[in-house]
Amino acid sequence: MKTLKFLIEKEFKQILRSKMVMGLILLFPVMTMWIFPWAIDYEVKDIRVNVVDQSQGTYSQRLIQKIDASKYFRINATLPDYTTAYRGIETADCDIILQIPPAFDRDLIKTRSSSVMLSANAVDGTRGMLANNYLMQVVNDFSSELRAGQVAALALFPQASLPVIHIQSRYKFNERLEYKYYMIPAFMVILLTLICGILPAINIVGEKEQGTIQQINVTPVQKFSFILAKLIPYWIIGIIVETIAIICTWSIYGMVPQGNILLVYLVSFVYIVSISGLGIVVSNYSETTQQASFLIMFFILIIYLLSGMFTPVSSMPYWAQIIAYCNPLTYFVQVLRLLYLNGSRFADIAQSTGIILIFGIILNLWAVISYKKRT
Amino acid sequence: MNVIEVSELTKKFGSFTAVDHISFDVKEGEIFGFLGANGAGKTTAIQMLCGISNPTSGKGTVAGYDIFKENEQIKHNIGYMSQKFSLYEDLKVWENIRLFAGIYGMNDKEIKENTRRLLKQLDFESERDTMVASLPLGWKQKLAFSIAIFHTPKIVFLDEPTGGVDPAARRQFWEMILDAAYKGITVFVTTHYMDEAEYCDRVSIMVDGRIDALDTPHNLKQQSQAQNMDEVFRKLARKAKRIN
Repeated sequence: MKTLKFLIEKEFKQILRSKMVMGLILLFPVMTMWIFPWAIDYEVKDIRVNVVDQSQGTYSQRLIQKIDASKYFRINATLPDYTTAYRGIETADCDIILQIPPAFDRDLIKTRSSSVMLSANAVDGTRGMLANNYLMQVVNDFSSELRAGQVAALALFPQASLPVIHIQSRYKFNERLEYKYYMIPAFMVILLTLICGILPAINIVGEKEQGTIQQINVTPVQKFSFILAKLIPYWIIGIIVETIAIICTWSIYGMVPQGNILLVYLVSFVYIVSISGLGIVVSNYSETTQQASFLIMFFILIIYLLSGMFTPVSSMPYWAQIIAYCNPLTYFVQVLRLLYLNGSRFADIAQSTGIILIFGIILNLWAVISYKKRT
Repeated sequence: MNVIEVSELTKKFGSFTAVDHISFDVKEGEIFGFLGANGAGKTTAIQMLCGISNPTSGKGTVAGYDIFKENEQIKHNIGYMSQKFSLYEDLKVWENIRLFAGIYGMNDKEIKENTRRLLKQLDFESERDTMVASLPLGWKQKLAFSIAIFHTPKIVFLDEPTGGVDPAARRQFWEMILDAAYKGITVFVTTHYMDEAEYCDRVSIMVDGRIDALDTPHNLKQQSQAQNMDEVFRKLARKAKRIN
């Protein structure tokens, strides 16, 4: 273990001298946290609505005005019939059609309930679904306004009954439904995975290509010390990168963890240790940087896509869920989101953190066992 | 006394036999030349002796330790310099010395003193803070050799240490080797240069994974009625069937 000091010293000197690595460590977190959340944003804005108002009454006009006033919608055209409006969908000039039937006003006055029809263009499924949901909310909102007006009237005419039902949805923890807030913890995961998983792998394979690793292997240095010396610098770098990411998120989006920030660091550190172990495992099975790159690309795609980072694990097919539950990223994404958005406490994240820790122990043991000083 | 004893040592890669039942001894303090054409199996043999390649079969000890089971103990007693230049290019001269000295268990104070002495001896003091990448090849090789024997090992293995180096630098390099041998370090060296074989106390010539000749340069020349080692080598190597 006495040799550890010399080996760590060497690693730090090399890392600090490598412009590429230093640039990556300092610029990459800023870029990732600053640019990507804006680019990968599922929020739907500027939905173009074709209106078919066959009622032409006061209520229908009020509804149309209300929709137009919303920041999400733009009345694209007001058309006489559904067929013409549908042409807009066919030419992709409109996202959703709102059809108000001729009896809309009459029914509202007489029976105190009426209906409208929404037809969304679902070529882009997410956009179509969100457009539909948002427009439904506006319509619901409209009916509750009507209801409120009626409550006032009820005081005057107690025999009158209240019109229409309404659904109220309230989004907890991310009230404005900002996709950015949801994705920012995921970007931190991406960042730490790239830096702490790939860099140590490339580093060791680089030594294999240079031939310096052979020089190390003919010395009495223990493989445990050698691997530890490779890992410790990347653990420290990981914590620095996480700190830069936290500062960026706070300064750019005003977003701070709702839970304890020390817990964010604790779980990040456990994750960094695990994923850097995976990096060493990859390097032990590759002789060249090219081989390592292919292995990494293969793994990165799987662990990113099957982690619940972009799509919820619960909506994946069963076989994909099994893979997702064998993926340390799944747990880290989950815990970081809990800490950032929900303000969870240690008890809430203890289990997932424990699972990441178990992954870490397995991967690092594997790394030490599969490192061979002798071929 | 023998510092290396090898009998019937073999290494197979699948159906290919890189080293084919070789047997030899190396005496303490001698310069042992390990000659052979490219692909004859020299590097594989050295790697087995240094404990970084698993032998397929045979027996052997290096510095008294078994090459199968005690390979990590062997590593305390040997130095190694490979044909592929293997110091860290992105570390300075003194940093490379410090790293390897530290690995062999020297403390900070010892490293400091010995580094100063070494740089002075090599007349390298002005290059102490030079990045190894920017040194000329001949200097790099000298530095690599000095680092390989910095911890005064019993045996030093040199795998084509003078490859690609100009004749003047080669000569200087061999002076360093002779000096190390004089100090009692056994030198096990492979080379392609037959004039260098003349410096060795004994020489073995490997052909197709086997040792075809082993004797002093003088005896080898007599046996094959050759003027110089070059001729000896060509007569033996002509029998090679392996194409590399």
